[in-house]
Amino acid sequence: MLDLTWLLIAVPLASAAFLLLAGRRADAWGHWVGVAASGTAFLVGLGALIQMLGEDAHHREHAVHLFSWIPGGALDLDAGLLVDPLSMTFVMLVTFVGTLIHVYSVAYMEHDPDRRRFFAYLNLFVAAMLLLVLADSYLLLFVGWEGVGLASYLLIGFWNHKPEYATAANKAFIVNRVGDMGLIIAMGLMFTYFGALDFEGVFAAADGASTAQLTAIGLMLLVAACGKSAQFPLQSWLGDAMAGPTPVSALIHAATMVTAGVYLIVRSAPIYAGAPAAQTTVAAIGAFTLILGAVIGMAKDDIKKALAASTMSQIGYMMLAAGLGPVGYAFAIFHLVTHGFFKAGMFLGAGSVMHGMNDQVDMRRFGALRTAMVTTWVTFGLGWLAILGVPPFSGFWSKDKIIEAAFVGEGAQPWILGGAALIGAGLTAFYMSRLFFMTFHGKARWTDDQHPHESPALMTVPMIILAVGSAFLGLFLALGDRFATWLEPVTGHAEHHEPVLPIPVIMIATLLLVALGVWVAWRKYGAADVPETAPAASLATIAARNDMFQDSVNRGVFERPGTHLTRTLVYADAALVDGAVDKTAGGWARTGESVRKTQNGQVRSYALTMLVGLVIVILVVVQGGL
Amino acid sequence: MTFTTPEIAWAPLAPLMIVLGAAAAAILVESFVRAPERRRAVQLLLSLVALLAAAGTAVVQWATLDGAGTVVLADMVTVDRQALAWQVLILVFGVLGTLLFASRTRAGEEAFTPLGSVAPGSTEETLARRKGFQVTEVFPLALFAVGGMMLFTAVTDLIFLFVALEVFSLPLYILVALARRRRFLSHEGALKYFLLGAFSSAILLFGAAFLYGATGTTAYAGISAGIATAAGVDPLILAGAVMVIVGLLFKIGAVPFHSWTPDAYQGAPTPVTAFMGAATKAAATAALLRVVYEAFYGLEWELSWLIWIVAIASMLLGTVVALVQTDLKRMLAYSSVAHAGFILVAFAGFPDGALSALPFYLASYGLATMGAFAVISQVREKAEDGAVLGEATRLGQWAGLGRRSPLLAGAMALFLLSFAGIPLTAGFIGKFVAFAAAVSEGAWPLVLIAVIASAAAAFFYVRLIVLMFLTDVPEGQEDAVEIEFSPYARIVVLVTAALVILLGIVPGPVLSAFENAGVLLLGAAG
Repeated sequence: MLDLTWLLIAVPLASAAFLLLAGRRADAWGHWVGVAASGTAFLVGLGALIQMLGEDAHHREHAVHLFSWIPGGALDLDAGLLVDPLSMTFVMLVTFVGTLIHVYSVAYMEHDPDRRRFFAYLNLFVAAMLLLVLADSYLLLFVGWEGVGLASYLLIGFWNHKPEYATAANKAFIVNRVGDMGLIIAMGLMFTYFGALDFEGVFAAADGASTAQLTAIGLMLLVAACGKSAQFPLQSWLGDAMAGPTPVSALIHAATMVTAGVYLIVRSAPIYAGAPAAQTTVAAIGAFTLILGAVIGMAKDDIKKALAASTMSQIGYMMLAAGLGPVGYAFAIFHLVTHGFFKAGMFLGAGSVMHGMNDQVDMRRFGALRTAMVTTWVTFGLGWLAILGVPPFSGFWSKDKIIEAAFVGEGAQPWILGGAALIGAGLTAFYMSRLFFMTFHGKARWTDDQHPHESPALMTVPMIILAVGSAFLGLFLALGDRFATWLEPVTGHAEHHEPVLPIPVIMIATLLLVALGVWVAWRKYGAADVPETAPAASLATIAARNDMFQDSVNRGVFERPGTHLTRTLVYADAALVDGAVDKTAGGWARTGESVRKTQNGQVRSYALTMLVGLVIVILVVVQGGL
Repeated sequence: MTFTTPEIAWAPLAPLMIVLGAAAAAILVESFVRAPERRRAVQLLLSLVALLAAAGTAVVQWATLDGAGTVVLADMVTVDRQALAWQVLILVFGVLGTLLFASRTRAGEEAFTPLGSVAPGSTEETLARRKGFQVTEVFPLALFAVGGMMLFTAVTDLIFLFVALEVFSLPLYILVALARRRRFLSHEGALKYFLLGAFSSAILLFGAAFLYGATGTTAYAGISAGIATAAGVDPLILAGAVMVIVGLLFKIGAVPFHSWTPDAYQGAPTPVTAFMGAATKAAATAALLRVVYEAFYGLEWELSWLIWIVAIASMLLGTVVALVQTDLKRMLAYSSVAHAGFILVAFAGFPDGALSALPFYLASYGLATMGAFAVISQVREKAEDGAVLGEATRLGQWAGLGRRSPLLAGAMALFLLSFAGIPLTAGFIGKFVAFAAAVSEGAWPLVLIAVIASAAAAFFYVRLIVLMFLTDVPEGQEDAVEIEFSPYARIVVLVTAALVILLGIVPGPVLSAFENAGVLLLGAAG
């Protein structure tokens, strides 16, 4: 099966091409081709996983040679796949969650005339994502990296008949280009310093490289990761990316693509091992973003944007863990997996709510949906408990480990990072509970024409499966450190370090903060009435005022400078760049105009040009030759 | 004087014989199949079968080639891997071109006039159109052109070079004149192409006469030997060599022998422009490679003047004038002039690498050219009453195409990026190997100019992309452009787009195949 891993990429890619080319006649059944392609990829991945589990832990790294990509010359590069526990983890996550979301989309997109195209893009995404995680060189990873970016762009702007959705797609595209520049520069540095771009060559050379070189590469990789994973300061696109259909938000902007940055950091472990400064920066960015995301999440009334902010915050946890070095790598990936399940589940739940509520996304117009949509309520509830980190649900096992690991270290660092992780847990509890209570509890605040109903089985079954994963996957993988042992061949064995606080203290503090967050949210959004419109101008409650305060902070800190920045950039672009280009091109154009006059359309003058040219050339050559 | 029948090795000529035989058979089809629709179907089938069979035969020969190759006809024709590589390439362009020739609009309209022999706008023309006449002669004409081009890549004698040149040029002159719309423009382009082509043929013949006078032979091997034995440099040989090369540079479209390109490219029916742009340039490059490496290799230093001057002039003039074009076909014509310059860069210093780099370059360039003109054939003007007119080739008409047809605009963007030589497209690899060949002979100043010129050329390619994707359709112009749907043209767009990406991402296999093609049977004389 391991030799067939290329099928993982080839099958969804072929399916995407088929669906795009098949045309309207495949509209009736094309989506099932998409589901089958994703399902096949999952089965291939499962076969490979079973084979790998049967092998000795130290022989689980397989190189699958595909073809000679760039032969000869200074850069001799083969295209190949690296199948090891880390990439296998991603393969399983992407294909399993991906297939469920494909199934869900069959029903969710049922009334969309372009459903076939939607599935083509989803398949394209799956293929590109698998290429990203399976690539054995940075260059091939980059191809996948661009591929997921393209799929993400196409899917965010899927309903591009609405201008603001097209704008959102463009924003995601542009912000991601900034990140891509980081990756390109990192590759340039690797090539300059090490003369290699494949993981094996780069990591071998990284052993003997100077700290300065590794720090430069590490920081550039971090820029790339920030762009893809919506980390500060490149986080702004994720909220707008919610313009895409909800299954897209679940698959790409929650479970898989946005975690590619974490994958990049963990995969580049040998580089960060020699660059402590870059590693600390990763942790600092993660810690900052996890608080930032949580604060933004507290202020959002749009259910999808609140979930997006939460994704940003949770990826902050993963980045924080990845920035801790070998102590945290396994936990970063562990949290990535559990997050993939519960966040995808909750996004699908949000989609189900929207499906039943005429595409309403304002949580202030929800409420009391638990009776109308029981399955959605229960599955969402399990995801909610998981993200809160309530034992024994999945999130507890992964997030608690990250918080513990953040408290490891010397000096002020563990207190800052650990403190941020701890406070983040409390904030998470508050905003997720707020979201949960506003949507499913309290009084119904529906608009008149809304008649909430449960979604069809094609949508609820994937939600149930993901909910089961949200509930038990963490426990299953945490028992006996199964997951950490599984990843050990890649992430290396971490020495055990004692946190600066005793572990039970950290755990109890975390749980107390979570309980506090839930209690506050219940008081304000579960037990009390929620105003139907955001109380922006009213003086109603302190909570509302805080809400408003957060909104204006968001606006003041992120939106306005963003607008100004873009305006300035546009202005600078128009005045400076375009000006320079126009002037240059203008100069060329004037020359062109004068040359064009010689092209006067008269054959005799053309023939004369040729003759004069011939004579000049002969004279020059004969003169030069003699 | 006794005359002995030369030994002819027929087997290596099989691909050529298939194509020319099919062309002759197609002439008979013209006479014996009367109903236009059926005749068209038979011609199309015959052409495609012949071209594919020839390509298959050529590939088989490639695989079974004995040693470096075979001398087919005394000193006149040799078939080696270099020739076979070019022949396969030309046959691929032939197949794609034939598909474009056969493509029709939704209303069943072809790219060619219903009757070539009547005056534009006359009552006879209207009558012919109403009666459903079709000029199905375009298929045999294309076959003859393909056959001539294939021979062109294999000849090793100046007289035969001239014969092959005329065999493929004459059908092209006629094809250029057969446009359905804007027929005066088409006639003008064809006439200019013909007159200037005759002029350049005369120059080539004149050069051959000089060389014969100096060396007593027209065979490449003999000329090469004559150059080697001459004491010093004979001005007669130099002038003759320059004139032969100039005759070929005319076909490649290099400055100052390029003046026919804009008119012929613009006036010709778009399928003909596509075929001509891709295949003629490939065939002429192949012939130039062979004559330079097999006959004039000893004149490397003297001819470097010619190569440098013409390459620089082509790159600069092509790029600069393309910037100010407002017509898409003319813009691509000037871009082809600039590409002629890039091709010549690979000749600088006569590096061995050029023999394997140029087939790849021409493959990438030809595929993108085919694809780009196939896209152009799909974007049509629309009259106010809804009737679909000719191609919308004014740049402004392409504004907002990305919204109207993401597939066509996306493919066009891909082809333009490939022309510009952006990584992950075939054009990048093509430029890379071509320039690398020149650098290997120390011609880096020329490569520097080439890199600057390609950066400047990116301006007008990207301008069109910006126009297609980031500019809104002007007010009141929403209905002025119609996206046609011709299945054959769509196939060509998709196939060329796929190949441009494939060659850009996985160039390895093709590059190593052309690596094998870099061996000439006669070997470089140097």
